Amino acid sequence: MTDSFPSAASVPAREWAVEMIGIRKVFPGIVANDNVTLRVKEREIHAILGENGAGKSTLMSVLFGLYSPDAGSIRVHGKEVRIRDPNDATARGIGMVHQHFKLVRPYTVSENIILGKEPRNFLGEVDFRAADRRIAELSDRYGLAVDPRARVESISVGMQQRAEILKILYRNADILIFDEPTAVLTPQEVDELMTILVRLRDEGKTVILITHKLREIKAVAERCTVLRRGRLVETVDVASTDESRLAEMMVGRAVDFNVAKKEGSFGDVVLSIRDIDVRASRGHLGVRRLSLDVRAGEILGIAGVDGNGQTELIEAITGLRPVEKGSIFMDGRDITRASIRSRARAGMGHVPEDRHRHGLVLDFRLDENLALRTFDRPPILRSRFFLDFKAMAERARALIAEYDIRSGSGPATKAKSMSGGNQQKAIIAREIDLSPRLLVVAQPTRGLDVGAIENIHRRIVAERDKGRAILLVSFELDEVLALCDRIAAISKGEIVGIVEARGVDERVIGAMMAGRSQTAGETAERPS
Amino acid sequence: MSEVSTAKGPRGGKALLDAFIGSNGALSVFVVLLGFACGTLIIMAVGRNPDGMYLALLQTLTGYNATSHVWNSRYVGEWLTASMPLILSGMSMGFAARTGLFNIGAEGQYIVGLTAAQFVALFFPPLVGLHWILAVAAGGLAAAFWGGFVGWLRAKYAVSEVVATIMLNYIAFFLSRYLTRLIPDANTYRTPSFPETALIPRGFLDELTNHSRLSVGIFVVLACVFIYWLVLERTKLGFELRATGLNRNAALYAGISVTRSFTTSMAIAGAFAGIAGAIVALGSFSYGRVLGGYDNYGFNGIAVALVGNSRAGGTLVSGLLFGMLASAQPLMQSRQIPKEITWIISGLVVVFVSLRAGFRLLVEWRAKVAAARGQASTGGDDA
Repeated sequence: MTDSFPSAASVPAREWAVEMIGIRKVFPGIVANDNVTLRVKEREIHAILGENGAGKSTLMSVLFGLYSPDAGSIRVHGKEVRIRDPNDATARGIGMVHQHFKLVRPYTVSENIILGKEPRNFLGEVDFRAADRRIAELSDRYGLAVDPRARVESISVGMQQRAEILKILYRNADILIFDEPTAVLTPQEVDELMTILVRLRDEGKTVILITHKLREIKAVAERCTVLRRGRLVETVDVASTDESRLAEMMVGRAVDFNVAKKEGSFGDVVLSIRDIDVRASRGHLGVRRLSLDVRAGEILGIAGVDGNGQTELIEAITGLRPVEKGSIFMDGRDITRASIRSRARAGMGHVPEDRHRHGLVLDFRLDENLALRTFDRPPILRSRFFLDFKAMAERARALIAEYDIRSGSGPATKAKSMSGGNQQKAIIAREIDLSPRLLVVAQPTRGLDVGAIENIHRRIVAERDKGRAILLVSFELDEVLALCDRIAAISKGEIVGIVEARGVDERVIGAMMAGRSQTAGETAERPS
Repeated sequence: MSEVSTAKGPRGGKALLDAFIGSNGALSVFVVLLGFACGTLIIMAVGRNPDGMYLALLQTLTGYNATSHVWNSRYVGEWLTASMPLILSGMSMGFAARTGLFNIGAEGQYIVGLTAAQFVALFFPPLVGLHWILAVAAGGLAAAFWGGFVGWLRAKYAVSEVVATIMLNYIAFFLSRYLTRLIPDANTYRTPSFPETALIPRGFLDELTNHSRLSVGIFVVLACVFIYWLVLERTKLGFELRATGLNRNAALYAGISVTRSFTTSMAIAGAFAGIAGAIVALGSFSYGRVLGGYDNYGFNGIAVALVGNSRAGGTLVSGLLFGMLASAQPLMQSRQIPKEITWIISGLVVVFVSLRAGFRLLVEWRAKVAAARGQASTGGDDA
């Protein structure tokens, strides 16, 4: 899919689908886009690469009419336009698939698609049959395989995304913007989406793909525009640029994606889970007859798509959720019904999935947050009733230095005024400071930029090297592959299989995540 | 990523606005001044001289009558007397609020405290120097159970504390009427007089404030303010309660028993309101009352806590403010100022304070922008 292209200079203006020239967008106090120029050819897949906060979404929001630029001009198919709002954008053939789907869950796919643009029959009634027909037609043409009559709440996330794609195709879009479309998909669904993107391109559409995943860009995009801190870095031909070069452009320095990891030396089993059932919030069993062992000195990763029981499993282990059946042992001691505090005292650290919901009291100061697990014992607890706030601040200062937590005013900083990466560093510092035998880590790098991810990965591996047992749950397969010694795939609340991480093919894990069990030795063929 | 101090250069108005919305205390002061400004305009609009209001307020605060040049400290005593139950019920509301609970039940807890104190006053042996202390303690204790019960319901059965406290207000009111009328020789509005030992003594305050109704209950109030501060800001329990109030999930995650926090917090909140009831019963009256309606101290406590930001010092000052408005009423009337103006001012203050949510959104948005700019400028290759 990487044929040769005429060089940018020789392309006459009418061959550009979108030209955004010198776009500047200032929010009070921050320049989100500073003189950014983006040129997208007709019928190409054009990637926009950048870290969180690089200005990708702002740029696309300008194109989609959500923001009006402070400077710069926009041309669509060679014609200068002013896009006032999303309706304007839609009228000009620009459609956007948002990261968070905008679908009415109890409605069918086709009801969702026609909403706001319903076909009418001669009586003025909504003509559902015509709608279904048109949608089935579109679905066939682009290979989307969506059932127009299915209810959105009953179809998979991948299918919902395709419904979103159909929604904009139904509105005759020929320029399609995808905002981080793979964040919510399984590896297989990602592959399918990539095929769909190519198919859309082949059928004459122009695709703009916002992402920070280099592999996806290499797989489908022809050209890539890299943004950093609101500015254009470069637009490059993807075929002639390797991944590490792309990463360097994105981050601004060389990035080492490999986590340096010593040969593991595994000790005794620290955490042992035996046949547990755990109920999910809605009442059904979120985890079923699940058994798992984590040894000292190893990182065991749980790979799986969001919503397959990971949350319930983590909460059961850490004591936030009761176990219906089965037992959990830590160092041979039954902790199935132990309180959260006694688990912490026994040396269980927990980096929670949602750092704002569970991990931090955002309105507390940093030192209070760092003391959240240890305020009930000396030295912070000074006597039976009173806390020693000096000791609390002192301990915080030590952790801030050791873990390089950046904050405006040291221990007194309000947690909510810190960046996501530093909030996460604070949580990890606090949990490791419990000197845990066992560290339960969920989604440790969600929403963080590359620099922070590196830092946190190094911390986790360092704990493993110190001989701690670590259970890691992540929806990012790359992260699981990079960090873990063993990988357990979870699907529908059950462990489908456990494999040694070394040399494992991610297709194998992908298949297990989809619920198909495989043995450790088996490897699937990897398409190039 | 420095705090909210984003004001660059001499843009005075903006800097001032920053100062006000950056600090809750400054905002409360601002809001109160705004309330008075509006009140002044209203008085002028109805054709009266607003000087009268300020002279009345001056007299309430200092006892000095600027028209007749007479000084009478009794007005000060009356002001403090009116403020006592407001400060306490404000703390009742505020303490629960700091734990994330909305205690509409201060009125009911106040009634329970008042009733319990009246019973101890009438039926306990008249021990000199101890009787009234026991009665006040009984009021606090009874109301602690009354409030704690709601916290327990919330913790154990997830019963909304708002609904439960509203219902319990009615129960407290009618139960108090029923039980008090059972007392021998009680008629439809009062019981026999309390023994002298049950009345909260006035001591040197009597002389100092020219025989006002101010009792040593004021020291109980000040002690409560100190305890409020000490518990919330300095103890392990307070840390747990504050964490629960700010983020229940994080508190649970940290191993704090949220259910116990709820019960404890509501019990302490109830105790404050109960002590308010006892101080009114034994400080301002010499007989037990069969309540004919709510005294409304509990409900006014909501406003007090709001303006005082649920902080110890803030609630003290805000209780004194509302007490001042209440006790200035007769003085205003004598100066041809409609007394309703005080209700208008308190109402406006509460409305303006409630607008704080809007102010706060503004503050947070600006902090975010400042943080983002901080990030953009560090390492930003400005060339």
